[in-house]
Amino acid sequence: MRQVKTAECNGPAEAFDVARVREDFPILGESVHGKPLVYLDNAATAQKPRSVIERVASYYETENSNIHRGVHRLSEQATRAYEDARGAVRRFLNAAQDREIVFVRGATEAINLVARCYGGVNLEAGDEVVISAMEHHSNIVPWQLICEEKGAVLRVIPVDDRGDVVMEAYHRLLGPRTRIVALPHVSNALGTVNPIKEMIADAHRAGIPVLIDGAQGAPHAAVDVQDLDCDFYAFSSHKLYGPTGVGVLYGKAGLLEAMPPYQGGGDMILTVSFEATEYNALPYKFEAGTPNIAGVIGLGAAVEYLTGLGIEAVAAHEDRVLAYAVERLTCVPGLRLIGTPARRASLVSFIFCDVHAHDIGTILDQEGIAVRTGHHCAMPVMDRFGVPATVRASFACYNTEAEVDVLAEGLERVRRLFDGV
Amino acid sequence: MSDLRDLYQELILDHNRKPRNFGPLAGANRSARGVNPLCGDKVAVHLHVEDDCVTGVSFEGTGCAISIASASVMTESLKARSCDDAREMFERFHQMVAADNGGGNDGAGMGKLAAFAGVRDYPARVKCATLAWHTLRAALDGEDKAVSTE
Repeated sequence: MRQVKTAECNGPAEAFDVARVREDFPILGESVHGKPLVYLDNAATAQKPRSVIERVASYYETENSNIHRGVHRLSEQATRAYEDARGAVRRFLNAAQDREIVFVRGATEAINLVARCYGGVNLEAGDEVVISAMEHHSNIVPWQLICEEKGAVLRVIPVDDRGDVVMEAYHRLLGPRTRIVALPHVSNALGTVNPIKEMIADAHRAGIPVLIDGAQGAPHAAVDVQDLDCDFYAFSSHKLYGPTGVGVLYGKAGLLEAMPPYQGGGDMILTVSFEATEYNALPYKFEAGTPNIAGVIGLGAAVEYLTGLGIEAVAAHEDRVLAYAVERLTCVPGLRLIGTPARRASLVSFIFCDVHAHDIGTILDQEGIAVRTGHHCAMPVMDRFGVPATVRASFACYNTEAEVDVLAEGLERVRRLFDGV
Repeated sequence: MSDLRDLYQELILDHNRKPRNFGPLAGANRSARGVNPLCGDKVAVHLHVEDDCVTGVSFEGTGCAISIASASVMTESLKARSCDDAREMFERFHQMVAADNGGGNDGAGMGKLAAFAGVRDYPARVKCATLAWHTLRAALDGEDKAVSTE
């Protein structure tokens, strides 16, 4: 991300050896339709480094056991590995305490948990929830569900033509009935980096807690939840080089303590009788049932991998590739970027020559290029910009400027095919 | 690019550029809307049915080249057909583009519709080609609610 490009970046740009990083990802050696894979769909899911794949395999091969239960050796090992992953995530987010890290299925479940457990208790008829016009559906629908149930109202911060939130409108929306604000760290459809620290401070001045959807943020920027002072931060493992089916909800301990459990079951209780149940302490209160143990341990390995590369170095590298992509694609005749925000991270969204995004996606696929095409689970964003769908190229630590060139050349093939040249 | 030319045949590109029978249909007595929720493609099919015969047909919507061309060629193929013929065409078209048809239907005898036979090699695009046809069937059945490819 742009803000980490200067002072925090350790050493010169050359220090980041992308060729060596690529060797860590076995899938990058694959061919698609006889062409080298050019994987530019990282905002959908990132590829996994060997260390993550091997860590998951070694858990199943040598440690597989249920956690927090057995007194036997394997269970102790599995429990330790699982809790070590919690510690790794805690350090990654710079959270104050391990118990503020709740493992869930993904960012979607994290947001549903907060909507259900925080919103369920704190929303009354006429209360308001503030989100932005650039949300992924996962930060819209959970709030719609709870608002409908409680008779509360969803208020939406507008987005300007560049793809930035309109701050004056945001300030006007923060009112006496606002109970929570939920914002994306980085827009998955536009690439906008929102000024979340400032927006959190604005909400806090009005006494309103803030949830940050970090699905596209955490993989691309150093996140310090204490510095941001966010109340909740959600992200998914699989977009951060970890396994699918795992995500993280960070919540301030005081807020999590005051919330009722999300689901009932094993592991989330202290004692159960038919008269009453006493809930377990944080974070176990929110982790009912046997969790995705291998996935969590794999996420721990992913966090260690990313930390080993250095999140600032990764962000600086991605910024260089992204800046090149914006420059290169802007020069492609007939291409229009959707979203030209003040600060951008990790992805570009565009339309091209009146050719529908799906047709572009199919043609690029024949060149071995994987991009996302469609509405990106952000239909209101498509409506806002008056397009049915876009092509999205999204970058990760292993992408290169040369791959941007392959993309641009692929677009020329699209033009030739559709113009009949 | 020879593979892609099997998918994006000139007929398909032409119908995408200049869709036939595009727009509302005056006097339509059957209509249905179709949506592909995965990609947001939308199509509406309007019919004028008289004595169990399709005497008028048009479509409206937004989508990729495959879905627009498929809708356009479909409307051309339907005129003056009986409703039963139209239903049979739906079945044959569906069989032709479905990836698991075992190569049994290569579009022989289907006229312009055969241009879509290449779609079966692109499983992700089968729904694009069949959206208009599903919508047609809903219109023939007089279903009012929107149909979905899912």
